[in-house]
Amino acid sequence: MTTTYEPNKVLSNEEFKVVGTRPIRPDGADKVTGRAQYGADYNPADLLYAKVLRSPHAHARIKSINVSKAESLKGVLAVVTGADTIAPKKGESADFGLGPQPMKYLRDNAIATDKVLYQGHAVAAVAAQDVHTAEEAVNLIEVEYEVLEPVLTAPEAMAKTAPILHPDLTTDEFGNSNVADHFQHKMGDIDKGFAEADVIVEREFDTATVHQGYIEPCNVTALWNDDDRIHVWLSTQGPFQYRDALALALDIPQSRVKVTPMEIGGGFGGKFPLYHELAAVLLSRKTRRPVKIVMTRAEVFGGTGPTSGSNVKVKMGATKDGRIVAAKTELRFEAGAYPGSPVGAAGMTSFAAYDIPNVIVDGYDVVVNKPKAGAYRAPGAPNAAFGIEQVIDELSKEIGVDPVEFRLQNCAKEGTRRADGPIHPKVGGIETLEALRDHDHYQSPLTPAKNGGKVGRGVAFGFWFNAGLQSTATISVNGDGTVNLVEGSPDIGGSRASISMQAAEVLGISADEVKPKVADTDSIGFSFGTGGSRTTFATGWAAYEAANDVKSQLIERAATIWGVDPNSVEMEEGVLRSKTDTELSMTFKELSAQLNDTGGPIIGRGSVNPAGVGGAFAANIVDTEIDPETGKVDILRFTMVQDAGKAIHPSYVEGQMQGASVQGIGWALNEEYYYSEKGTIDNSSFLDYRMPTSLDLPMIDTVIVEVANPGHPYGVRGVGEVSLITPQAGIANAITDAVGVRLESMPMKPSVVLDAINNQG
Amino acid sequence: MAKVFIPSLMQELTDGQTQLDIQGSTVREIIKELEQSYPGVKDRLMDGFKLKGNINVAVDGEVSPIGVLAKVQENSEVHFLPALGGG
Repeated sequence: MTTTYEPNKVLSNEEFKVVGTRPIRPDGADKVTGRAQYGADYNPADLLYAKVLRSPHAHARIKSINVSKAESLKGVLAVVTGADTIAPKKGESADFGLGPQPMKYLRDNAIATDKVLYQGHAVAAVAAQDVHTAEEAVNLIEVEYEVLEPVLTAPEAMAKTAPILHPDLTTDEFGNSNVADHFQHKMGDIDKGFAEADVIVEREFDTATVHQGYIEPCNVTALWNDDDRIHVWLSTQGPFQYRDALALALDIPQSRVKVTPMEIGGGFGGKFPLYHELAAVLLSRKTRRPVKIVMTRAEVFGGTGPTSGSNVKVKMGATKDGRIVAAKTELRFEAGAYPGSPVGAAGMTSFAAYDIPNVIVDGYDVVVNKPKAGAYRAPGAPNAAFGIEQVIDELSKEIGVDPVEFRLQNCAKEGTRRADGPIHPKVGGIETLEALRDHDHYQSPLTPAKNGGKVGRGVAFGFWFNAGLQSTATISVNGDGTVNLVEGSPDIGGSRASISMQAAEVLGISADEVKPKVADTDSIGFSFGTGGSRTTFATGWAAYEAANDVKSQLIERAATIWGVDPNSVEMEEGVLRSKTDTELSMTFKELSAQLNDTGGPIIGRGSVNPAGVGGAFAANIVDTEIDPETGKVDILRFTMVQDAGKAIHPSYVEGQMQGASVQGIGWALNEEYYYSEKGTIDNSSFLDYRMPTSLDLPMIDTVIVEVANPGHPYGVRGVGEVSLITPQAGIANAITDAVGVRLESMPMKPSVVLDAINNQG
Repeated sequence: MAKVFIPSLMQELTDGQTQLDIQGSTVREIIKELEQSYPGVKDRLMDGFKLKGNINVAVDGEVSPIGVLAKVQENSEVHFLPALGGG
């Protein structure tokens, strides 16, 4: 069945009472009235304000730090440096969204101990009675540096003559170098594959370092209480990861740390890692007062983790009849100052959208003098897709096949083996491409130019794995027939609603009768952070389990009240009834009112670490207009198609798709860190780091495809990331279609496009 | 026996063999068997009693949420994969 919600479409196969509808979000009123409490709004009694001293150098050895002048400034209560931290035990690690990483690196990234490895690296912090005093005091700290040569890109850092960032970073293959890891996926016989190919395309691509661009800066308030318990309030995607990492960093039990996630103004993967939180806690330990740090925008750019810049080599071959027979890529990813780029995910997703018999993928994780890379929606996959989807486009043109039909002909499906080994389960790649092909946008002529430029159309296609991981939820029944739902996943994109709706569906009540709360780490069981497109899948599943627990207890209670066997009672659509006696029936609301007098309150619980994660596909069409005199690219029309499995709340899925599309457009056309030769950032403000505004964009049309994931009770796949994989390559293909040149570096800013046009052979 | 796919860069430890048929009812037993025949494999994959933090194991295409405790059936496929992040 096809339903429409103009201009967006949902291609739905299965209908539910609550799941798939569009109720108003539970946190809507607080957010539109400004009453929602973000981290910067939190001001407990006795609050101190702190500022962080950051390195002006991209690479330097710390010879000495003198804090005496800062300490003696009136109004200063404490100063901390790396000397106040505790050396982590060997083997300790924590996971902030890019896989587990050694605590030593995480600690040194939070406060440098011996070397600074990027401009913006934290060196010390000051707590004072007001923020201005803290700022003044920070500038009184004297740091003597031995400035070292920086290295800024992965290919440069892999050169034998490159300056080495970590004397202790070694691999069997490279010895002591800046290469932290090398992996390879191999399938079939690559040489045989290229020998069979009639057409071979080989290109090399570079992508710049880009930031997630969340609007709310990172913030934290920390209190080391007099009972030696630590309470931290902050904007985070992963409160439990913070709790556990802080406990490791401070060498104390987890139970002494409580993390309260405040409302979050965007994260996109960037609000997982440990940054200034450690300094805030150490300052509070010294002062025994709450200490608050709110980053400036420049600190966000310089002191938090963007996603990797990368160098991607791609070689692919196809036969004249349109079959891709060989594919090869080499991925060199900047990890930033410490190991751990998203190159692993880039490698696994590189050719995962296609059925190709002969594949080889090499990935290199390379440290450079930039901030340690953080996660960013579908980490790594957009970098790889920027190159691969352009080469696929070029192959289709060389062969003379429509680019969507070419992708359809080679699309991965259930049973296709991926280059990294496993076989795809049921996936919706074919359905996604068919929806793209059949869309009005693709069936319509090119959008006419608005300003007399050259117009072109591009498409791109991508795959992302999504994640499962641990989640917990509890549900307590209120006497008025509503329920309180407590969960541990910060709500970034409407997950309170999508989680509540799954519980409501089980209980047969309306979504607004579920009252969700995102709890602190003392109040709910472990829940992995909100990221990896996992929350509606896994925390929704925990809520589903908790609701079923409530339901079975309600059935037992009704049986007790009626004096019948519980097996003879059923509950459907919010009504409990006897299977054998039609006189015995009551609503959930009626039973709720009787709970306290018939055995006491009912609480349900659900905790999951689910398998059955469903990978997702996305594809987009984009029409662009290029001004041949300036190289400026305008987006004329943009359509995103994505397989959601089941859209629990279609509006929020559409929001994810539109938001990712806009981020992809910014990444494609404008966004990048401008680095000087010394490794300093020249554009650490939103004035100079150019993100798209509504004036730069058309309406983003969406199509939600629903190929149910058999691994989830409602068929959910993840929806938060895959739509960021394709826009960049789609736009590159549209530019090529318009002006006939291939763009091999991103962003495709006016100067890059103009150079490509002018250098056209 | 389960079909175990050896990651490319570990094949130096398995005499270049890309796939091996290994007996075992859990991933832990599979790794133990591998180690018997190809010393060094365990060190590449495990840290103490757990998989290394940067490694996942997939059994029949499904990444195991319980690591080496995952059950393995006759004719199962076992893959060792890089651990993934997400945003």
